[in-house]
Amino acid sequence: MATTNSKSPKSGAARRQFIFDAAKMACGVGMLGLGLGLYAKQAKALPPLALRPPGALPENDFLGACIRCGLCVRDCPYNILELAKPETPVATGTPYFTARNIPCEMCEDIPCVKACPTTALDHQLTDINKAKMGLAVLIDHETCLNFLGLRCDVCYRVCPVIDKAITLDMVPNQRTGRHAMFLPTVHSEHCTGCGKCEKSCVLEEAAIRVLPPKLAKGELGHHYRVGWEEQKKAGHSLMDESKMIDLPDRLPEGATLPGHYDPASGHTEPMRGMAGSEAGIIPSLPPGLGGKP
Amino acid sequence: MSGKRIGAEAVATKGWLRANKWLLLRRISQFGILALFLLGPLAGIWIVKGNLNYSYTLDFLPLADPYVALQSAMTGHLPEKLGLIGLAIALVFYFLVGGRVYCSWVCPVNLVTDAAGSLRDRLGIKGSVHLSRNTRYWILGMTLVGSAGTGVVLWELINPVSMLHRGLIFGLGAAWTVVVAVFFFDLFVMSRGWCGHLCPVGAFYSLLGRWSPVRVAAPQRAACNDCMDCFEVCPEPQVIRPALKGEAKGVGPVILSPNCTNCGRCIDVCSKEVFSFGLRFNNPASTAKVE
Repeated sequence: MATTNSKSPKSGAARRQFIFDAAKMACGVGMLGLGLGLYAKQAKALPPLALRPPGALPENDFLGACIRCGLCVRDCPYNILELAKPETPVATGTPYFTARNIPCEMCEDIPCVKACPTTALDHQLTDINKAKMGLAVLIDHETCLNFLGLRCDVCYRVCPVIDKAITLDMVPNQRTGRHAMFLPTVHSEHCTGCGKCEKSCVLEEAAIRVLPPKLAKGELGHHYRVGWEEQKKAGHSLMDESKMIDLPDRLPEGATLPGHYDPASGHTEPMRGMAGSEAGIIPSLPPGLGGKP
Repeated sequence: MSGKRIGAEAVATKGWLRANKWLLLRRISQFGILALFLLGPLAGIWIVKGNLNYSYTLDFLPLADPYVALQSAMTGHLPEKLGLIGLAIALVFYFLVGGRVYCSWVCPVNLVTDAAGSLRDRLGIKGSVHLSRNTRYWILGMTLVGSAGTGVVLWELINPVSMLHRGLIFGLGAAWTVVVAVFFFDLFVMSRGWCGHLCPVGAFYSLLGRWSPVRVAAPQRAACNDCMDCFEVCPEPQVIRPALKGEAKGVGPVILSPNCTNCGRCIDVCSKEVFSFGLRFNNPASTAKVE
């Protein structure tokens, strides 16, 4: 204690008391803050089946921008949204919906976004088809009826962006060997995450579910280039094919590879097997054996 | 307990109605605001949409809570146009009438803590955990720093005020447990604990009304007979003394402390009509000559 600065023992004691009081407050309130901060960290972990309204900022930003007023809930004409109660695992007071209970109807005028007094719902979003509330994923290939070879197709039929967000892709049914399967296939570019498919899935538990894009999407390494896309962009192959090293094709005597392209010579073997083509119908022998039928 | 109820003397001299005037007006305000919010969801009459954090009245008047907006701003997000207008209206209004008018005339938790305070009084519960009334300002600071640090509007995660108000309008869920906890905290643990010591919402509104012109004053302080009823009834009794007993020290009769909630209960319970609402500028150092 600097005796020159303290006028009397009393002021020294008062100063000590002040410092102790401040320390008491800082520590006590600091502990409360620490608890709240950790709770906030938990609150950011939005459960995968809770979807935010259209235009919602990424969860990290949403929890800072949303002021929990419920105007989006009020202006939703289908009463789809609700505000999280303290016991729900969604940050208290923030709006969400669960697709399996009630999906977004994708109003063209997006009243929920218009009602938002903050930037929590992005007012730049004016075309509901551009919304990204989540991404539908056909998550269970073992129970989906179309994967079992049936023509359920319900998710495809109800999709508001039918034939773009969900397509039915035909593949051979290898189990029966003689049928086709029409597999519902989601295209992330067009899916808005409205949840109609999940809501209408006829199974006890939906085989198609809307998940947060972060959870549903993979991400290519940023240096990856997809050859056929680059080719389309450039109008030609990015490689000089004449300089490709083409190893000799070792085939049994007299065998040919129909449709085979030889980069070195630029020669393509004639195709065969396509109905109506020069080569005629599919041969009974495996390709490469037996010469021309 | 002396057995004499606070304000009994005022009822005897002024009559029951005048001895409860401001309390009645305050309850009408609190319940009236709540009713306006509830009219939509309960009766389908949409006058007000939203809740105390932000509301939109008759598709015309936006009102936003500046404390929530400030926490949001700390995370780096500003409101849209209507939000900003609502914010400005609320800031100007509470600056003029007194920040903590929000606490005593609007906030639904005030009904809960007033009930706890009144029951505490009737049951004669005396013990109270001691905690500085400045704790709320520390908590206020913590929520602002914490909002910036976590990117989340921090106090809204547990705020009993918005939990109760939002709960009544949008569905209460487990929020009632928080409200009951506040009630019992005030009843058994700390007298006027929540609103008077801890709540950062009140702390924020105190600061907002730091220089607000509308104040309670004690212009007739010479008539005070030291019955202590005002101190007993006041949720922030420390604010009264400088104004009521400041004559000798040359302190004016206006209650300048921003912690005063402008509830007007002291005006009600005083049988000598010492207190009245007034303006902070009308604050002469001496009121002894006033008849």
